[in-house]
Amino acid sequence: MAGEAGRSVKIRVKNVKKEYHGDHGTTIALNGVNLDIMENEFVCVVGPSGCGKSTLLNILAGLHEASSGDCYLDGERIVGTDVKRGVVFQQYALFPWQTVIQNVMFGPQMKRMPKAQCEEIARKYIKMVGLEDFENSYPKELSGGMKQRVAIARAYANNPEVLLMDEPFGALDAQTRAQLQTELLKTWEEEKKTCFFITHDVDEAVLLAQRVVIMSARPGRIKKIVDIDIPYPRDQGTKSEPRFMELKAEIWNEVYQEYLEVRK
Amino acid sequence: MSKQTKRPLTQAEKRTRLINWGWLMVSLAVALVVWFCLSIGEKTARSFPFIPAVLNGMKTMLDRDALLSDFTSSMISVAMGFGLGFVTALPVAFLMAWYTPVRKIIEPWINFIRNIPALAYAPLIVIMLGVGRAPSVVLIWICTFMTMCITIFHGIRNIDNTLVKAARVLGANDMDIFFRITLPATVPFILTAVRLGLSAGLTTLLAAESTGAQAGLGMRIRTLQTTFETNAMLGYIILIGIIGTLLNTLVDFIERRLTSWQEKREEA
Repeated sequence: MAGEAGRSVKIRVKNVKKEYHGDHGTTIALNGVNLDIMENEFVCVVGPSGCGKSTLLNILAGLHEASSGDCYLDGERIVGTDVKRGVVFQQYALFPWQTVIQNVMFGPQMKRMPKAQCEEIARKYIKMVGLEDFENSYPKELSGGMKQRVAIARAYANNPEVLLMDEPFGALDAQTRAQLQTELLKTWEEEKKTCFFITHDVDEAVLLAQRVVIMSARPGRIKKIVDIDIPYPRDQGTKSEPRFMELKAEIWNEVYQEYLEVRK
Repeated sequence: MSKQTKRPLTQAEKRTRLINWGWLMVSLAVALVVWFCLSIGEKTARSFPFIPAVLNGMKTMLDRDALLSDFTSSMISVAMGFGLGFVTALPVAFLMAWYTPVRKIIEPWINFIRNIPALAYAPLIVIMLGVGRAPSVVLIWICTFMTMCITIFHGIRNIDNTLVKAARVLGANDMDIFFRITLPATVPFILTAVRLGLSAGLTTLLAAESTGAQAGLGMRIRTLQTTFETNAMLGYIILIGIIGTLLNTLVDFIERRLTSWQEKREEA
């Protein structure tokens, strides 16, 4: 697949198949999935529950292994987890016994950096997500939106080459979600880290992504890829532009069909 | 770990504390009334003498040089048995959680033995180890071990796997995961295990000192039984209860220090 001139393929998914062997026989979660994600690209994946989008993310993260086929980062085969691939989970996954700053500096500490440097890095990203005043708070003292901000800061503090986000805003209320979308857009426009972002909110996908990957279920495969030709910078106002609504309607229909398909 | 800044209690929290304290006093008052009624009942008076008589009985035991040595002897047995139980339960629980064969072999044993009253197999231990402190300690060890091992094991199994995944993608190796994730995540369960273990240690005291002990709260309760000295007997029984309550309070205190990070369940 040809990207923009001068851009190289960052992530390559090649013929990936994933089967689960359970009590009720074998389930094929993914089959024949091929996808190239360019350097600095923001890709959103949408699809009905059970289409294997989380499975794909877990394989890219190195938390799961593909049954067949391979994934590559910069041409290198993905085996196991690596700090180059940062992950943000829907359930925040903050360490509850650690304060905000301790959570954010976890990654640098794993790299055995000196403590002062870890703290410096952590503070930089805590500032980025606007939680300077909560540095010493415990996760239980934070709201859902704040927790996810900490999780994003934690992922960034490790300076990953790609960010894998598994429905990161799925558990948040609409206002908080909009705010975090705007913040993420801004950060992406500044840092241009390759983003692989899973959501089942079509609005969110069209607002954030350069390309939206629509997946279908049983078995999970890529149905269609839609280019989002809306220029950046984007913000919540983008949602009322005609082109946005057009693309949204198109994608929404595709996803809805898949949803009906699954219900059958 | 708990560098949390101390903040003053809010008005509502103060109120809740006061109310809880009040209820505790009411509970104690009701208990005293029931006790008093029992102490004047025709059939129950012999078994449940009231406070002055009990204190008198305890004074007698003090004069006989029994009370202090009984107390220290039992506390040493419980401390040793519980200590051994704890240092063995912790690694075994981790091994059970990590290696299925270990769990498959040990878990049925524990579940089998746990339902047998310690008193039943106490003589076997005494026959094996002879009279003295050793059988008491071993018996308490067995009972506290089983309770704590199972509790800690279930705790480890309940650790949120997402946290382990999150640590992995941030570059943690197996050692990091153990010390930075598994261990702190297990602390609340370890404290629950300690609480249950201490309670198991005290409840096993009677069985542990049933045969051949030279001194001890459990042993003394049995000898007082043969001479129908119910005053001192009731005093000893209450003393065991007080020790249990104090130990529990101590664990509460440690729990607050170590696990203040936990999402709190609202207590009414």
